[in-house]
Amino acid sequence: MSAVDKAVPRRDARSISEIVNDERFRSIFYQIIVAVAVIWTAQYLITNTAENLQARGMSTGFEFLSSTAGFSIAWSIIDYEAGDTYFHVYLVGIANTLIVSFFAIIATTLLGFVVGVMRLSSNFVVAQIASAYVEVMRNVPLLLHILFWFTLSSALPSPKQSLGWLDSFFLNNRGLYVPAPVPGDGFDIVIIMVLIGIAVAYGVTVWATKRQMATGQRFPAFWTGVGLVVGLPLLAFFALGAPLTFDYPALKGFNFQGGADVPRAFCALLFALVLYHTVFMAEAVRAGILSVSHGQTEASYSLGLKPSWTLRLVVIPQAMRAVVPPMISNWMNVVKNSSLAIAIGYPDLVAVFMQTSLNQSGHAIEIVAMVMLFYMTVSLTISAALNYYNKLVQIKER
Amino acid sequence: MSLDTQLPDDGVHVASAISDEVVIELASVNKWFGEFHVLKDINLSVNKGERIVICGPSGSGKSTMIRCINRLEEHQAGDIIVNGTEMGTNIKNIDAIRRNVGMVFQQFNLFPHLTVLENCTLAPIWVKNMPKAEAEKIAMQYLERVKIPEQAAKYPGQLSGGQQQRVAIARSLCMSPTIMLFDEPTSALDPEMISEVLDVMVGLAESGMTMLVVTHEMGFAKRVADRVIFMDQGEIVEQNTPDEFFTNPKSDRTKLFLSQILAH
Ligand SMILES: Nc1ncnc2c1ncn2[C@@H]1O[C@H](COP(=O)(O)OP(=O)(O)OP(=O)(O)O)[C@@H](O)[C@H]1O
Ligand SMILES: [Mg+2]
Repeated sequence: MSAVDKAVPRRDARSISEIVNDERFRSIFYQIIVAVAVIWTAQYLITNTAENLQARGMSTGFEFLSSTAGFSIAWSIIDYEAGDTYFHVYLVGIANTLIVSFFAIIATTLLGFVVGVMRLSSNFVVAQIASAYVEVMRNVPLLLHILFWFTLSSALPSPKQSLGWLDSFFLNNRGLYVPAPVPGDGFDIVIIMVLIGIAVAYGVTVWATKRQMATGQRFPAFWTGVGLVVGLPLLAFFALGAPLTFDYPALKGFNFQGGADVPRAFCALLFALVLYHTVFMAEAVRAGILSVSHGQTEASYSLGLKPSWTLRLVVIPQAMRAVVPPMISNWMNVVKNSSLAIAIGYPDLVAVFMQTSLNQSGHAIEIVAMVMLFYMTVSLTISAALNYYNKLVQIKER
Repeated sequence: MSLDTQLPDDGVHVASAISDEVVIELASVNKWFGEFHVLKDINLSVNKGERIVICGPSGSGKSTMIRCINRLEEHQAGDIIVNGTEMGTNIKNIDAIRRNVGMVFQQFNLFPHLTVLENCTLAPIWVKNMPKAEAEKIAMQYLERVKIPEQAAKYPGQLSGGQQQRVAIARSLCMSPTIMLFDEPTSALDPEMISEVLDVMVGLAESGMTMLVVTHEMGFAKRVADRVIFMDQGEIVEQNTPDEFFTNPKSDRTKLFLSQILAH
């Protein structure tokens, strides 16, 4: 008590030097300085830009989004015509970016697992092949990968000499032609069955876990689930008389008609993204597995747990903590790096919106902001998911 | 002469409970790491209830020998028979042996992603198909026996080394093994934690468990061991009762080794 009593009068009489040297005062003081500097800079940039734009007679605002774009886009995954609006172009760009990123992320993740495990193989040849892959791919810039595959694909034969497979898949110097699925009457029931299968499989897993905990009996929940997810839709599919046909591509004149076409630039971009980003996934997997000490496996074996259970219950849960963060940042990089598509004319978001639309409409600030907004939304969504995951699996230590 | 500060050197020896039944039989076991001959013609037979302490200089093959008993290492020649089951490449036999043989490691090797209780129930649930409630009940009994039931909900990283090692012992015991292997269970511990682990091991000895313990805790050997085995350069050089072993070592290598650990 007495110490506090003494301290009170001293406080009132604090000298300037005492305040300046106070830890809390300093922290608040610096924060105010930084905030003022940021606000002033932003204010300067905005007014300055607005004045310059006005001086050049350029308008600002988002009204241009509803006006007609008027240019054509080489390829788009969603419907687009030259008469559509700039906003529609924005959506086309986003869709094209997302579709190539989606396939790249799936392939990268699977291939990365394989290469990462191969690098740890006790088989010398297998391990060396994987190491060589990692070293070669990692040390070539991504842009070079993209240009390389694009250039190489131009050496593919012309449509008339296409490389064909089963008379349904054709590869030539214009792109890849594949059969397009045409859903018939009742195909939506098959889709619904897939969803029902997933839901039931999930229910079975929960039930099986509960029962095992209660009675010790195990149930082959995984294979039952696979059976449900695959079997239910298959049953429905055949019961409904196979309501799905394919539209096959066929050579008519100088090019293919029908089916679905995937342009050469898409293939080259996808190839390059996958080959390059697989390396980082492989390294994450390798590091993750190495981060689990051999002692963990030995302890598990010594308790009588089989190798497959050891992997599932002991090694993988621990390895995933180390694999997931770099894996997810790799996914973000795939999405961002897909914007290098501009180099080979694949119509991704940056190409159709930041290049063509920007040049035509002149709304640089708005367009750049919208493109940034898209990439930031994707990145922030992914990293929010990552933070959530990290919280879930954090190892508790003192 | 006190070789050990952790247990009182009062000449008390835990009553032996050795039966006639042989539970571990090593016959002419040989093992190589590449060119290196790590186990040379090891012959050892352990009876049910017998407690054996294994000592010897670093690199003499102590760990390798006991790790062969639950197949964490593979031997290349000779026979190992555990509880009447022949150790070979047969996966069913290996599983059966591992279910009956518990092991405690120098580095504890608890599963850091699971709580203390989950560490103890994992194997009973998966290997013995035990209901969770029953597994937890048994786990709590063993955690009480190693005197840390209050830590059940914590994670291994939140415990001291001594506590972690006691959890590791409880985790092994939850599988109701008939044989326990210990590989330098106190070597990674701070001195003040060694005795809490040794106390648990003495208690286990009193319950009649068959134990093979690699340790340099000579006080523990005197109190608990029915037989002390001295290994050097991959061979069993000498084995005897603790009394004879410490007071009347036969080989020069044993004498040299004992004088070295005495000097500490
Ligand atoms: N996986 C391995 N590969 C190659 N050599 C090994 C391997 N494991 C052990 N060794 C070697 O075998 C010999 C015996 O090792 P072991 O671990 O059995 O000795 P130890 O008696 O337990 O020694 P310590 O008291 O240091 O634990 C050592 O020389 C060691 O270097
Ligand atoms: Mg050792």
